[in-house]
Amino acid sequence: MAARGEKILTLKVFRFDPEAGGPPHYDRFPVEPMPGMSLLEALTEIAERQDPSLAFRYSCRGAVCGSCAMSIQGRPRLACQTQLKDLRGEVLVAPLPHLPVIRDLVVEMEHFYQRFEEIMPYLIRRTPPPERELLQAPRERRLLDEVADCIWCGACYASCPLVRQGPSYLGPAALLQAYRFAADSRDEGGRERLRLVDREEGVWRCHTVFNCVEVCPKKINPARAIQALKRKALFGRFKLW
Amino acid sequence: MPYHPVLVVGGGLAGLRAALEARFQGVEAAVLSLVHPLRSHSGAAQGGVNAPLANAEEGKDDTPERHAYETVVGSDFLADQDAVEAMTREASERIFELEHWGAPFSRTPQGKIAQRPFGGGAFPRTCYAADRTGHYLLHTLYEQALKYRVKVYVEWAALSLVVAQGQVQGVVALHLPSGEVEAFSAGAVIMATGGAGRLYLKSTNALINTGYGLALAYNSGAPLKDMEFVQFHPTSLHGSNILISEAARGEGGYLLNSQGERFMQKYAPRFMELAPRDIVARSIITELKEGRGFDGAYVLLDLRHLGAERILERLPGIRELAISFAGVDPIEKPIPVEPAQHYTMGGIDCNIWGESPLPGLLACGECACVSVHGANRLGGNSLLETVVFGQKAGRRAAELARAGAFTSNDGPLKKALEKARTGIEELKRGNGNEDPASIREEMRRAMWEGVGIFREKEGLGRAIARLQGLRERARRLRPAHSGKIFNQDLLRCWELPGQLLVAEAVAGGALRREESRGSHFRLDFPQRDDARFLHHTLAHLTPEGPRFEPREVAITRWPPEVRKY
Repeated sequence: MAARGEKILTLKVFRFDPEAGGPPHYDRFPVEPMPGMSLLEALTEIAERQDPSLAFRYSCRGAVCGSCAMSIQGRPRLACQTQLKDLRGEVLVAPLPHLPVIRDLVVEMEHFYQRFEEIMPYLIRRTPPPERELLQAPRERRLLDEVADCIWCGACYASCPLVRQGPSYLGPAALLQAYRFAADSRDEGGRERLRLVDREEGVWRCHTVFNCVEVCPKKINPARAIQALKRKALFGRFKLW
Repeated sequence: MPYHPVLVVGGGLAGLRAALEARFQGVEAAVLSLVHPLRSHSGAAQGGVNAPLANAEEGKDDTPERHAYETVVGSDFLADQDAVEAMTREASERIFELEHWGAPFSRTPQGKIAQRPFGGGAFPRTCYAADRTGHYLLHTLYEQALKYRVKVYVEWAALSLVVAQGQVQGVVALHLPSGEVEAFSAGAVIMATGGAGRLYLKSTNALINTGYGLALAYNSGAPLKDMEFVQFHPTSLHGSNILISEAARGEGGYLLNSQGERFMQKYAPRFMELAPRDIVARSIITELKEGRGFDGAYVLLDLRHLGAERILERLPGIRELAISFAGVDPIEKPIPVEPAQHYTMGGIDCNIWGESPLPGLLACGECACVSVHGANRLGGNSLLETVVFGQKAGRRAAELARAGAFTSNDGPLKKALEKARTGIEELKRGNGNEDPASIREEMRRAMWEGVGIFREKEGLGRAIARLQGLRERARRLRPAHSGKIFNQDLLRCWELPGQLLVAEAVAGGALRREESRGSHFRLDFPQRDDARFLHHTLAHLTPEGPRFEPREVAITRWPPEVRKY
């Protein structure tokens, strides 16, 4: 753990204000790392003491809300989950790549959110619900363990080269969400949802580059979920769902 | 000007549930949210949600009455018993509904919803989904909102409530990404803006939980209720104050002092680590004060004896948080923990249908005070409150809107819109020299030091004086950034005076209440005093500050008894 007064870190932060005009640029801010300090706290410190105009999203500061995904040393990460003690030298802080910048570190997420709406992102039931809960065996529930943990931070989406190539691609997060329901023993919308992802802009666009796996702050493997959806599409095992 | 029969301010669990219910009632509802709904603080809830499902073997005799009784005892008899009974009666239905919508609850070997013990409960009653229950429920409700096409205004900050002819007309709000200010006309407005944790220096709450939603209602003439009751969670990570769920103790975790002693045996021999939160938090502070902490700042939460398998299965989120934010793997080492502000028991005064005394204004969730938590909330009851009372508020708002109970009038809304726009320009161009960060920091210190876990007259008086001083300084606030786009600096300046008003209501209520009850502990009045204080505190805003008045507690079945764990 860094002790107080230990080496000052410099954050090289991307700045862009469409209102002010002028090209994007970088500002350098010195930060004194305190024990246990996260990059999000460092940015807050800057906004409070050095430059209140610095814009960035934040909410939970505990890696559960997905607000503060940004590019840190060239890699999409959550600022709150990034500890200063793990960073060295001049730290490059930029918005998530390949998304339109609103201002500074804040990007336009609308297109990312809309991808989810294309895959019927909710449990589909056709039979009327029982009086109590639907039963689900612990081993069936375990299939949801990782895939239901997505926090929609957009790190995978921003790091995917296929998303970059064509904005019509559903992308890793929305496909993971489709798999989350496909893997749920209670879901009865298999065939319908599968049709939505079994297309060129769906699962078949994924070339298993695995950037999504590498950057996911929740250690989820969207690529594996997409491969599983591909198998379901290929073998047409709809009825086994 | 956009019009919605029902307009919900806040996109967390309570707000989403309310909006969905209005839709189910055939009334169009929109949600206005400061952040994308999935960024709401509801998602940080970990341990679970209470309902007497009687799914666990040891809980097979559980009933809504038991649940209600324990909630009332937990509240130190300040909860309204009719409201508590309504909540526990409807609990199971709301949980089954969430399950039917796809919430991925953990399961018993028989495939039923799994339940674990929580503080203050004699039965395993807390339905859980690993230790990410809030995350899963929030996603489930948001999925339903997408399915039913609930309109969500994302990243709109409510700036003011518009009241004319004695009723709420709508809301004026700022769109952060564009800087545009707009008025929203509404048949009924439901506040679901969450708690006010960030009035305190140390809080488990998300950074967005400024309490400004409470200020909006308070400023508009709706009274706040029981604000002096603030829950301090015993186990937040030392330093960052990120929550370490009560589930860690529910699963069998120990609290240890520097002598390696399970000190809770001195304070709550029967319930030990699973005594209610107020008791455990005070016990920890006592240990620290008497020199049995670590660095005088924290104690240890030891999970090692649970074994890797149980930790990985039941508490994976806790483990991840401890590793990421404290560099400690709880499988190998105990977690350093300290108490921090956690929950706002008080809130906008409302009945079980969410109706505040201000016509057209409803409230649900943490920003509301029904009251079901009284002087101390039991773990697992907050998520329950969001869905039970979210549903009820949504239903009542829909009824009111459909009946045209409140006619919205464009005139006052246009005037309020102009006023907000002028207000923003004046803030930006003013000659103020105060920045929000330093005032806010002082406010948080004043609250933590004077209105914290242990309180006494002198400290409370000092805190109030400090807050009043800050209110003066806040008149000279000025944002350093004058742009329109995503101007968070401006928003912080806009919200701060309102936060200070809410803080004063908390401190004033605490000074007035010369007794100790639940989370409110007065060193100078260490006993509960039913003769003088078995009542709610209503705070009305006046130009001089809060004016307090008592309100009777609804006692239907359980006369006050000594609370002992």
